[in-house]
Amino acid sequence: MNDFLAARSQMALSLGFHIIFSCIGMVMPFFMAVSHFYWLKTQNIVYRNITKAWSKGVAIFFATGAVSGTVLSFELGLLWPEFMKHAGPIFGMPFSLEGTAFFIEAIALGFFLYGWDRFNRWFHWFTGLVVGISGLASGILVVSANSWMNDPSGFDYVNGQYLNIDPIKAMFNPGWYQEALHMSLAAFAATGFAVAGVHAMMILRRKNINFHTRAFKIAVIFAAIAAILQPFSGDKSARYVGQRQPAKLAAMEALYYTGNSVPLIIGGIPDNKNKKVNYAIEIPGLLSFMVNRDFHSTVKGLDRILPEDQPPVAITHYAFQVMVGLGMLMMLIAFIYLSGVIFQKKWRNSKWVLRLFVFAIPTGFIAVEAGWTLTEVGRQPWILQGIMRTSEAVTPMPGIIYTFYLFTAVYISLAFAVIFLLYRQIKMVGKIYDIPENINLQKN
Amino acid sequence: MLYVVIAYLWISILLYLLLAGADFGAGILELFSSKKSKRVTRKLMYRIMGPIWEANHMWLIISIVILFVGFPEIYTTVSVYLHIPLVLMLMGIIARGTAFSFRNYDAVKDQMQIIYSRIFVYASVMTPLFLGIIAGSIVSGKINSGADSFAGAFITDWLNWFPLSVGLFTVFICGFLASVYLINESDTEPERIQFLARTKNMNIGAFVSGALVFAAAGAENIPISQWLFGNQVSSTAIVSALLSLALFWFLMYKRRYGLLRILAAFQVTMIFIAVTYSHFPDILLFRNGKSISLYEAGDNHTIKALGWALLIGSIFILPAVFYLIYSFTERKIYPVYHEQE
Repeated sequence: MNDFLAARSQMALSLGFHIIFSCIGMVMPFFMAVSHFYWLKTQNIVYRNITKAWSKGVAIFFATGAVSGTVLSFELGLLWPEFMKHAGPIFGMPFSLEGTAFFIEAIALGFFLYGWDRFNRWFHWFTGLVVGISGLASGILVVSANSWMNDPSGFDYVNGQYLNIDPIKAMFNPGWYQEALHMSLAAFAATGFAVAGVHAMMILRRKNINFHTRAFKIAVIFAAIAAILQPFSGDKSARYVGQRQPAKLAAMEALYYTGNSVPLIIGGIPDNKNKKVNYAIEIPGLLSFMVNRDFHSTVKGLDRILPEDQPPVAITHYAFQVMVGLGMLMMLIAFIYLSGVIFQKKWRNSKWVLRLFVFAIPTGFIAVEAGWTLTEVGRQPWILQGIMRTSEAVTPMPGIIYTFYLFTAVYISLAFAVIFLLYRQIKMVGKIYDIPENINLQKN
Repeated sequence: MLYVVIAYLWISILLYLLLAGADFGAGILELFSSKKSKRVTRKLMYRIMGPIWEANHMWLIISIVILFVGFPEIYTTVSVYLHIPLVLMLMGIIARGTAFSFRNYDAVKDQMQIIYSRIFVYASVMTPLFLGIIAGSIVSGKINSGADSFAGAFITDWLNWFPLSVGLFTVFICGFLASVYLINESDTEPERIQFLARTKNMNIGAFVSGALVFAAAGAENIPISQWLFGNQVSSTAIVSALLSLALFWFLMYKRRYGLLRILAAFQVTMIFIAVTYSHFPDILLFRNGKSISLYEAGDNHTIKALGWALLIGSIFILPAVFYLIYSFTERKIYPVYHEQE
């Protein structure tokens, strides 16, 4: 592994790690706000217990997310100084606003976590909601910075100079809305499915059923709605990518040759040497339709893109397949559950439905990781689409491989530590929260 | 607008030093305390630092964002030549933040607590040490952009006596801030006396390591006396710091705790003023005598937008952050809440 590849791997690892924690950190507060609301309205102590149990999970995730986010703000410079030198002033706007949002989130979290029985109850509830809103806002802002890298705007690039910088225009770059919507829905779906699945598992084990059933119901509604909306946002994103980043789209679909009435391929193994895809299922004309809303239209293939400007096809293609496949699966599960709710069917609480959710615990996060792989690898070899190559941006310091090993070791141990802590949190639910469940005397 | 941005950068770093410094210091105190007093420190720390530590560390994020948006030249140069100490500082930040939360939120309190604590206290020393090393190297004039060897470009910039002594000085300053802060938060007189004793130790430590900074500067041919006494602002700041230090010891002797924390913050602020003023606007010094000035900021439009973002952001942040700190220090008003664990 050379230094360049090490730098890319370290960045990928750091982002891939951070994204999980930030998704949970920005979605869980909304779940908590709902159960907190039920507690304040109904005075049913189970809801207070759920809120508290979740808030401990959130505290762990938030701390890990905050430090990994701090690390990222340094890594941008540590690994890609040449990029940051030019890009910093252009796409800095979302970052400075994100700093503000993140700050507010940390303040609100302090109030929320330590404020039980200290403040007016609705003020306390409100601080919890602020955690969610500011978390979501920081997520959207960071994604807007990323979509600027995919589709740079807000400056003129003349003879290697970055002129006429307009940081506001850069922030509201053409792609920000699609990407932010897609990422926010993904965060809700992924976190919702993971949380619902964990509670479903505990119900199946017949542990603290009252507690886990109510928690499951809150999480699953968010998860199901997000999972059903996501494919529409995905379709919008795909159209947008087709228009603005044809190389990425061609790699996503392993489309080696430009053509008319291009089919959408599902699965398949791209063969780069012979420029064809083996064992794929083809749906005639669908890719043309998806990109141009016309079954017979032309879609640009990799043959129209210079070899040195092509992204790695296999990784991008597989990432896309995984993301879409799991997205569809989650949508299906969501449909099943929601129809059970709407038509008041008894089977919606049956074992097999719960098992479906247990099975789906990791799907959302795998899809999130696949989606990030797709958007980042699909942009290669560019760090700033069409303007700066990733290889031009990398730090001159040799030996990045060692910091990569260091970060890998740290992140793997942190991942294990967090799983270990969560396992303990869940295991202790019975001990910490079960006793007062039936007593309901304690007010406030 | 450039001055607004520079002012925010300066204030963010100062607040980080004061607030996060006290937070690091709590970990440092834990390292240097006996088993029994460890429990006191820890208990106080959760009550006082628990709700605010994450907000305190946001000042670092704000400073970094201001640097990379407004002053990309400085941000990238520091990132390239001080890569190694930055990575080590980041390791400290990761270890510290996670260990603190894990220790607090682990549902089972068993042997793991010892591991979390150990990581937490060592990381509490490591992080400010490397922060000091980085700050020392930036102004020391040892950054070697023309080096032809790995060591010359990426190691000797920061691995020399001056940055190391600045790092040590920073560690003691943090411990000092924390112990002063905790005197007034203690519930009982014996606890207060305990923190008073530690305040004295940390203050002496800071004084001695401060002298070491001068000695190291002498050894490395760094004109520190000229920085601190060559202009009126810096020399006034240093003299005020020394005078308030005398008052500080007098009040400690009289057991009048009320003003101590303000005096401690005042001293650190004065030292910070003295150091930064003498360098303004040339923040980053190279070995070949060149420097990067804060006036060489990024694009004009960006500075304007950044300035507005900071001004508007602080309308939201500042009242909230002060209310947060106020709420969790004025404990007498609220009933103490015991969680059922």
